[in-house]
Amino acid sequence: MLTVWAILIDGFIYASWLFLVAAGLTVIYGVMRILNMAHGSLYALGAYAAASALGWYYAGGGDQLWMAFAILAVSAITIGAVAGLAIERGLLRLMYGRDEILMLIITFAVLLILEDVMKLVWGTTPYFAYQPYAAMGRISIDVLTVSRYDLMVLAVSVVIGVGLWFWLERTRIGKILRSIIHDREVSTAMGVNVGRMFTITFMIGATLGAIAGGLTAPIISVVPGIGIEVIVLAFAVVVTGGLGSITGAAVGAIIVGLARATSIHTMPELELFIIYAVMAAVLVFRPYGLFGRAVARKI
Amino acid sequence: MTTDRTELALIAVAIAVAAAALFSPNWLVFTLTLALSTGMVVMGVVMLMRAGLVSFGQGLFYCLGGYAVGLGGRFLGITDALALIGLGVVTTVVVAMILGLLVTRYREIFFAMLSLAFSMILYGLLVKSHGLGSTDGFGVVDWTLFGMSSESNGSLMALMLAIALALAIALFLNRYFKSSVGLACEAIRENEVRVEYMGISRQQTLYINYVIAAAVGSVGGSMTALAAGHVDPTMAYWTISGEFVFIAILGGTGHVAAPFIAALIFTLVRTYAIELAPNAWQMILGIVLLLIILFLPKGIWSLFTRKKRAAS
Amino acid sequence: MKPSNRLQKTLLSTATSLALASVGMVGLAATAHAQDSFKVGFVTFLSGGASGPFGVPASQGAKVVVDAINSGSLPAPYDSKGVNGLNLEMVEVDEAGGPTKQVEEYRNLVERQKVNAVIGYISSGDCLAVGPVAEEMKTFTIAFDCGTSRMFEELKNPRYVFRTGLDAVADNVGAARYLADTRPDAVRIAGIQQNYAWGQDSWQDFTLAMEQLMPDAEIVNNQMPQIFQGSYSTEISALQTRRPEIVHSSMWGGDMESFVAQANARGLLAQATALLTTGESGLHRFDGQAPNGTIVGGRGPFGGFMPENDLSQWFNKAYEEKYGTPPSYPAAKAAQAILALKYAADNAGAEGVPSADQLAAALKGASFESVSGTVRMSLAGGHQALQPMLYGEYHFADGKGELRNVKSYPGDCVSAPDGYNAQQWIREGFPGSSCD
Repeated sequence: MLTVWAILIDGFIYASWLFLVAAGLTVIYGVMRILNMAHGSLYALGAYAAASALGWYYAGGGDQLWMAFAILAVSAITIGAVAGLAIERGLLRLMYGRDEILMLIITFAVLLILEDVMKLVWGTTPYFAYQPYAAMGRISIDVLTVSRYDLMVLAVSVVIGVGLWFWLERTRIGKILRSIIHDREVSTAMGVNVGRMFTITFMIGATLGAIAGGLTAPIISVVPGIGIEVIVLAFAVVVTGGLGSITGAAVGAIIVGLARATSIHTMPELELFIIYAVMAAVLVFRPYGLFGRAVARKI
Repeated sequence: MTTDRTELALIAVAIAVAAAALFSPNWLVFTLTLALSTGMVVMGVVMLMRAGLVSFGQGLFYCLGGYAVGLGGRFLGITDALALIGLGVVTTVVVAMILGLLVTRYREIFFAMLSLAFSMILYGLLVKSHGLGSTDGFGVVDWTLFGMSSESNGSLMALMLAIALALAIALFLNRYFKSSVGLACEAIRENEVRVEYMGISRQQTLYINYVIAAAVGSVGGSMTALAAGHVDPTMAYWTISGEFVFIAILGGTGHVAAPFIAALIFTLVRTYAIELAPNAWQMILGIVLLLIILFLPKGIWSLFTRKKRAAS
Repeated sequence: MKPSNRLQKTLLSTATSLALASVGMVGLAATAHAQDSFKVGFVTFLSGGASGPFGVPASQGAKVVVDAINSGSLPAPYDSKGVNGLNLEMVEVDEAGGPTKQVEEYRNLVERQKVNAVIGYISSGDCLAVGPVAEEMKTFTIAFDCGTSRMFEELKNPRYVFRTGLDAVADNVGAARYLADTRPDAVRIAGIQQNYAWGQDSWQDFTLAMEQLMPDAEIVNNQMPQIFQGSYSTEISALQTRRPEIVHSSMWGGDMESFVAQANARGLLAQATALLTTGESGLHRFDGQAPNGTIVGGRGPFGGFMPENDLSQWFNKAYEEKYGTPPSYPAAKAAQAILALKYAADNAGAEGVPSADQLAAALKGASFESVSGTVRMSLAGGHQALQPMLYGEYHFADGKGELRNVKSYPGDCVSAPDGYNAQQWIREGFPGSSCD
């Protein structure tokens, strides 16, 4: 029984993290049709920014938890928005209209460049901003403990998910974005400034990636290469759920999270395959992912 | 007529490279062998690209080819290089015939991710195989070619074999691209529904194309294993497959020679970048790639074709 | 079409000139290689997750020693200037990219950059792949860190390849011995390892050794998270539900530090004691995040486990002066490999640049002084170092991490003698070992 509880708790905590990482990816793909490989670098940028800002705050004698979170949020959001703006305006803008796969390769080049840029800025020594995670403490259930920080990440993830849904479904910009998703050309003809919408979308997607990194920074030690590790995870979640769908990303994250927790608690050997196995299994029965819509074939 | 000219040119280039190799320093011989092997795998990626499919899992077949050489030498006692490569091709074709039934139903990113998933599952299986050295991999035993042992002059022998195989594959694919299946693939990329209307089965065409691409990839993997003398599961990891797509885009799909040239340029850029800037070679690689996409959207090969057009 | 045509031409000419330039550089590299210097290739991780905790400290450790060799400021017996009087020149190469690429880079080092020797390799896969190539190319090569016990099982009768450190079997046999000595009553043992060869080998050797040394202990669980996963929340829950007393982990670098911080915050380390085979690299980084009493190892007498001698005192001081932190074990292991090179070159009896054969003959079976004490190259036919294995407890006092209750196990006690497969040796109950 303890194990069942543990699987549920761990599964949802992991799912919330996966959703945070995948949300930005799916927003950008949904609107812009760009599968952004550099999303992992944005995650790493957010993590580095938050970790070094927190390190600076704690080294200066700070010990207020709320201050730490404010610093974390501000540093991650700033770097995500700035990097997103720079990538979109400085590079992607020149490339619109190219093949979807070519766009993917372009973002791969961005990833390679950013990896080394981060190394030049932050060096290779691991950054370690454990204080907020340690300070928030834990809840005990029998021998099992749950970190309050992990629960907070879960809450943030829910808030971001609901916020994104509200933004896309209930606001004016959201309506414009949905019209672009539905038909880019007609939207342009109706007077929608697609270029500006793309900039906004990419900045929001990039910021989401950086926030995911920033929130992860106090849990892990931030080292070069963490970005590359999360890309494929995020891809798998997004493809399982259906590309471009927020609901899909959430459901995909929950399925993958629960499957992974089950495997770790019962058969740790299978953990390495479980995500790919889930993705392959879902795609066999739902070729466009759980919430993906079939694209009409051109005639 | 043009077909003959391409074929003659390919043969001439192969002979020239083989002759030049006799006077090249050893490191260049080895780099050339690796570039040719990579070029073969990229050839497979290009075949799929011509049909509008991008595979992020070609490492699966590359790895199968490599492990067939490693395992065949170690556990079956096969030492003949051609037999080992053949073993890899047979294994790969069997696997590709099964997977192909499923993956050729998918397009675009779903094809990419599904092929990636299968490649990563093989990676996971190999990492779990403690007896095969897990991520450390294991060494390939000394091999022979027509009775000659690789011990004395292995790197040159490997290069000659790679040149011969690459030439054979290039000649075959040059014809294949102009065959009905090859042309149907391009038609599918443009508009697959119309292809169906013409009475061609897109499923069958893609399936044949997929299996051949897999076999070509396997040969590249086997050659890499023979030359490097070591196999490990990284061969199936997604970043390696990503590298193949990267090189395919670098070269473009215009010509059978393009993947080989792109692979050579990629290898040289990388090895000099590592030498000159050990801390920033990824950045150099990324910038070079961006420049090529910006200025040569059809790949490096467009340098040659446009020049020809200007001349005529 | 016109402007793009011009662009094409510019690009073509740029490409041509680049190609010419690179050919020129090859020529330069070949001619610049004068006979008054000794060139050594140093291969270590400069990018990726292993660069921070291992690659860069190793590279820094090597640089400190190389600089001191060239200025003649090392303590005795290395107080002569240069290696065999030659200026020591170090070329660095990134180890990232996997074994196939490392084989390629090795060939480039030897043939294009014309190095006289190669030192390097943290990853076991790279060691296994490079070993045979080094023999084929007859180049003096020292592996300074990789830990696979298969290295000299696969590479029979090596001539040019050496390893100046211990293999991972010693880490885990030493860990089991330390547990048997200090926690003989522990019954419930669990583990968490990175899911790749290193983690699998470590866990196998540790559990085999535990069967021999603590037969009453029960293995209750082992987790295998992916390497560089970073967050171990689920694994920690899974461990907690099994109620272990000892958690063995061979995780290294950032992964190890993340696990310790998370397990501590989650209370797992209050319920169980962690045994970290590479924990020493966190000695000056945990900052009290690891509870007092956590058992740590340093893969031999390196880093905080270095014995007090002239060389180690000099190294500690020189390293800390230059980089602001005391050297961790990868830095010390790299320093040891460079010292081995200097020893071999000074004792090769050569005029000018010693040949690979002379270097190999000098180092084979030798005993040389190092930051870790006297190193005896007595395993694998004189090609692998035999050194003691040390474990101790981490304690955080007055804002500094320190090691207490350190126990040292002699080399024979933790390493299989020549001719034995390491696992076979453990299963047979460590024949021929002497632990006092």
